Amino acid sequence: MELRLDGLHHGYGPVEVLRGIDLDIPAGRIVCIVGPSGCGKSTLLRLIGGLELPNRGSVIQIGEAPPDSLNPLTYIFQDFALLPWRTVEGNVRLVLEDHGFGRDENARIVDDVLARTRLSEFRDAFPRQLSGGMKQRVAIARALSVSPEFLLMDEPLSALDAQTHELLMDDLIDLWTRERFSAVYITHNLQEAVRLGHRVVVLSRRPGTVREIIEIDLPLDARAGHTRELETHRQHLWRLIRDEAQAAELELVDG
Amino acid sequence: MAEPGRAGRPVSFRGGGFMPRPVGAVGPLVFLAIVGLWEAGSRSGLISPLVMPAPSEALAALGHLLETGLLWKHLGASLQRLLVGWTVGTVLGIAVGVSIGLFSLARSGLAPIVAAIFPIPKIALLPLFVIWFGIGEGSKIATILFGTFFPTVIATYGGVDNVDRSLIRMGQSFGLSWSSIVRKIILPGALPAILPGFRISAAIAIVLLVAAEMIGAEFGVGAYILLAGNLMATDELIAGVVILSIMGLTVNWLIARAERFLLRWRL
Ligand SMILES: Nc1ncnc2c1ncn2[C@@H]1O[C@H](COP(=O)(O)OP(=O)(O)OP(=O)(O)O)[C@@H](O)[C@H]1O
Ligand SMILES: [Mg+2]
Repeated sequence: MELRLDGLHHGYGPVEVLRGIDLDIPAGRIVCIVGPSGCGKSTLLRLIGGLELPNRGSVIQIGEAPPDSLNPLTYIFQDFALLPWRTVEGNVRLVLEDHGFGRDENARIVDDVLARTRLSEFRDAFPRQLSGGMKQRVAIARALSVSPEFLLMDEPLSALDAQTHELLMDDLIDLWTRERFSAVYITHNLQEAVRLGHRVVVLSRRPGTVREIIEIDLPLDARAGHTRELETHRQHLWRLIRDEAQAAELELVDG
Repeated sequence: MAEPGRAGRPVSFRGGGFMPRPVGAVGPLVFLAIVGLWEAGSRSGLISPLVMPAPSEALAALGHLLETGLLWKHLGASLQRLLVGWTVGTVLGIAVGVSIGLFSLARSGLAPIVAAIFPIPKIALLPLFVIWFGIGEGSKIATILFGTFFPTVIATYGGVDNVDRSLIRMGQSFGLSWSSIVRKIILPGALPAILPGFRISAAIAIVLLVAAEMIGAEFGVGAYILLAGNLMATDELIAGVVILSIMGLTVNWLIARAERFLLRWRL
């Protein structure tokens, strides 16, 4: 299954947020979207996953998701969005309960994803007992439990401190290397974009349009050894974004 | 920087304080001291028995109630009214509060009415209820039910309004059904606001109970107090007030227990 964004326009009242976004999102790869703050990245992700309807244009799904994918388009949120009154296990089970598998099958799936994210020993902890990094791993486990075709991630690591950030980044690279999931990954961190993205889409400032798309062909697990090449990509991205970011900054100051 | 060998002094401490903590036996001691002074005052004739009975006399009245078995008759009648009125009022209040929190139509239609009726002291409606529901149990339970209903509605829809929208968005993004979102996200999310509402509605319910029992009730703590007052039997009156105080404390304790259990994820 692939996704195609076809002439997406969106805005709120008089504010035009996205203007004419055309984009192909392939399977089995991570597409990073970067752009200055307020350019409509989060809005774009909500449109892609069907949480909001675009004013014009459409998000098209090409091919069917396999029947065992319970929730083909699955989000991972910046603020984790865990239910504080449910334990780790309960938070994962929440998204399975509506599928009518029965207790045993639910427990099997929960055990499986908790093991895959190395959370098994924390299954009875409440979110308040977990650090930010652990919370995001629970959110990742929850997302994996519904066998998504696409993971839609909105700055999943930006609420974390620098060290946790690095650790989770390695986790994500591991996970991708094992499972080859497809993802749209929003970030404002260019370092993240060049380490995780097979394709990096640069948006202009509001109203957001696609400014440039770069492809990074290095395999994810080999990137640690190619810092120079990544740095070149990063600097290229930064040059693209810097002017936009400065202009956007001034816009915000003006209100 | 500091020269080596020069004498210094510790930086003076200016933190601390502003953290009152309960100190062991102080509470019971103060209570006993007040009762003791009161007893001494009564015995020495400083406090006229016409104005205030000695605590020992009030205790005797309580003992008399217990011996004759009247205590259970009064308490039973009161607790039954309280339980029925409060429970029905709370259930209806939560139902209406959740509807106001969820549906635009309910919000536009009901919220203004609730806001208009909430501030009316329900005691003022008691005579009306007597006309509508008769002088018996009906009017008493209706008064308590009414008094409980409105604060519960307001606490509930405030709680629903304050449920983190990002959690609801999360539920939708995983394709949870509408009823799952309401049962598993909205209701538990509103609970921290609903439970403190219980304290308020329980306090209101006890006030209304006593008031309602002062009209045409044979049994009930309120009826007992009213009768004692009419007979100038201040010892019985104080005994009745003590029963009310214990009732209120017990209700509060039960709600605190429920809170601690239901909100243990919050701590
Ligand atoms: N529900 C909404 N109603 C009105 N305006 C909105 C809404 N959501 C977003 N906006 C506006 O749309 C613009 C784009 O918002 P969006 O959150 O998509 O940007 P972003 O690129 O994700 O920004 P950031 O980098 O800060 O996360 C902003 O100016 C924002 O104020
Ligand atoms: Mg955003």
